[in-house]
Amino acid sequence: MNDSILELNHISKSFGSTHVLTDISLSVRKGELITLLGPSGCGKTTTLRIIAGLELPDAGQVFLNGSDVTESEPNKRNVNTVFQNYALFPHMNVADNIGYSLKLRKLPRAKIQEAVKEALALVQLSGYEKRYPSELSGGQRQRVAIARAVVNEPDVLLLDEPLGALDLQLRRQMQLELKRLQKKLGLTFIYITHDQEEALTMSDRIAVMKDGRLEQIGTPAEVYDTPRTAYVARFVGSANVLSGTALRMEGANVIIACEGGTVMADARGCSYPEGTPLTFAVRSEYITLAASPVAYGIPSVITEKSFAGGMLRIAAAPTSDTASAPEIIASRHGIDSELTPGDSVFICFDASNAVLVESDQSSLAPEAGQSKADLSSSASAPDKGGRRL
Amino acid sequence: MKPRRQNRIWLTIVPLYLFTIIFVAGPLIYMFVLSFLTRDEVWGVVNTFTLDNYAKILKPVYAQTFLESLKLAFATTLLTLAVGYPFGYFMARLSAKWKKLMMLLVVVPFWTSALMRMYGWIIIFQSNGLLDKLLMGLGITEDPLKLLYSYPAVLVGMVYSLLPFMILAVYSSVEKMDWSYIEAARDLGASRVQAFLTVTLKLTLPGILSGVILVFIPSMGLFFIADILGGGKIMLVGNLIRDQLMTTRDWPFAAALSVVLTVLTSLLIRLYRKITHTTELEGIL
Repeated sequence: MNDSILELNHISKSFGSTHVLTDISLSVRKGELITLLGPSGCGKTTTLRIIAGLELPDAGQVFLNGSDVTESEPNKRNVNTVFQNYALFPHMNVADNIGYSLKLRKLPRAKIQEAVKEALALVQLSGYEKRYPSELSGGQRQRVAIARAVVNEPDVLLLDEPLGALDLQLRRQMQLELKRLQKKLGLTFIYITHDQEEALTMSDRIAVMKDGRLEQIGTPAEVYDTPRTAYVARFVGSANVLSGTALRMEGANVIIACEGGTVMADARGCSYPEGTPLTFAVRSEYITLAASPVAYGIPSVITEKSFAGGMLRIAAAPTSDTASAPEIIASRHGIDSELTPGDSVFICFDASNAVLVESDQSSLAPEAGQSKADLSSSASAPDKGGRRL
Repeated sequence: MKPRRQNRIWLTIVPLYLFTIIFVAGPLIYMFVLSFLTRDEVWGVVNTFTLDNYAKILKPVYAQTFLESLKLAFATTLLTLAVGYPFGYFMARLSAKWKKLMMLLVVVPFWTSALMRMYGWIIIFQSNGLLDKLLMGLGITEDPLKLLYSYPAVLVGMVYSLLPFMILAVYSSVEKMDWSYIEAARDLGASRVQAFLTVTLKLTLPGILSGVILVFIPSMGLFFIADILGGGKIMLVGNLIRDQLMTTRDWPFAAALSVVLTVLTSLLIRLYRKITHTTELEGIL
């Protein structure tokens, strides 16, 4: 707790009758790159705007360096944002854009010039001082936006899908550059993205969001290997999510009746009585397809085989009448597989690779009470969603 | 295929050119030529070249009229800007529903003849009229203000009739502005006032300038407001041209005055283009 530079404490926010954020609590450590990951409309940007002070939360507090800044104006917090559309001032050249915050702080001209030069060198745009934003490419604008935001040496740098408008190649390159920049300057980044691959590549920690709630916070490995909910498992690395009922315990594993077969999953120290409904996730790369019956497996039939970026992607549908699962996806390195659509197979996986998760339904349960509290507090908030400018 | 298409393009271009030549270029050339001709004894013009008409403008009595008009136009423009900018700005920040309503309210006066609306101001301004009754009733003034047929009355009339142009020009530029620029400014440490001065004002400058032109140019030429609310005591360029044309029947002089007015306004538009690097005026649909 002591090394946390930013703390969100039970933040809630609604626009009209829509709950955008529900009870968000998050502690960000100094110098880390934390990603808010989620689909569009999940509240990532609103969270960022609340941290920046561009939006007021209906409930909860924002602490920056230990002091409560919930009510402070955006210009009173040492937090800077790289906006999704960059928001470079069109009537100012690159140098004036980057030097804007320093000029407001009434720094001497020479000092501003020096800082601008340094910031431009940092983003590898030296010599672009006199250009106007309209004369720059998308990637260059992106760099100027970053330079403008870091020149002020903010406590926390907020990045709202900063690479969203760039093509894939430039995106990859900028991901590495941003990461390098962050480590070099020792800055704290809060990084928004809907791209799980980007989040896994760049983050020290990932906060997965869904419908205005935090689903899980953890390192990329934690989120990927041990998703807490079915949603996280699907969203990060699109795992197969299956459900069934517990049959019996067998050592540290639980045996589950699932989609017409029997499978085994690591119970992780818990014990599940017979009949407990269980949901678990298996990554496609851990799935093996056996041609002959096995003790633990799901009888299926191959429906599709396709190549996906160096991987062979095989879809199989459980054959049992009671099966309700969608197709199960297995992936293989290489391209050779003798299986063809129509073949009968058994889907198998190691118990250690089947991760028990909360199903989507159960994670929705505690909502009712919370939304009531939201409504009462939002009633006193100003109209138009409390926009502050 | 190709020749046929070109033919069709000519079909649309020719009427446009004809229209422009007959209704825009023609009258302008006519006016220009007329301004160098000599007035006949009683009626019409004689085809004798002269520069007297332009020399005449420099006579103190006419130069004074130009100066008066410029002064009034400046005052009108400043006042419409002072009232119209905040109005247009806040109108652009309203929700879609309220925007529509405000837009209607701004445009509604145009449904009535401008002349009619000026007579309305007489009722307000005349001695013991609505304004006097209100002010005296509230105990703010003791005697009628005698506002009608005065300079302030003309100024109010001008501001009143030209304000919608300023509002719409400012509105359209604020409406177009991307609000994230202001948010970026605030995020980078600007207070509300600083953000307004360094970003909003600069980005809405085209709207301001376009409003200034849309107000300044007509206010040089509008003569009926000075007639109705000034009671003929205030002489503006517009009145002068009208009098020379209709009463004195000195057409060449009226043409010379018009040419000077046209040149002045063209210069203003050139200035606008130079500052904003655009060719379109904001707020004209």
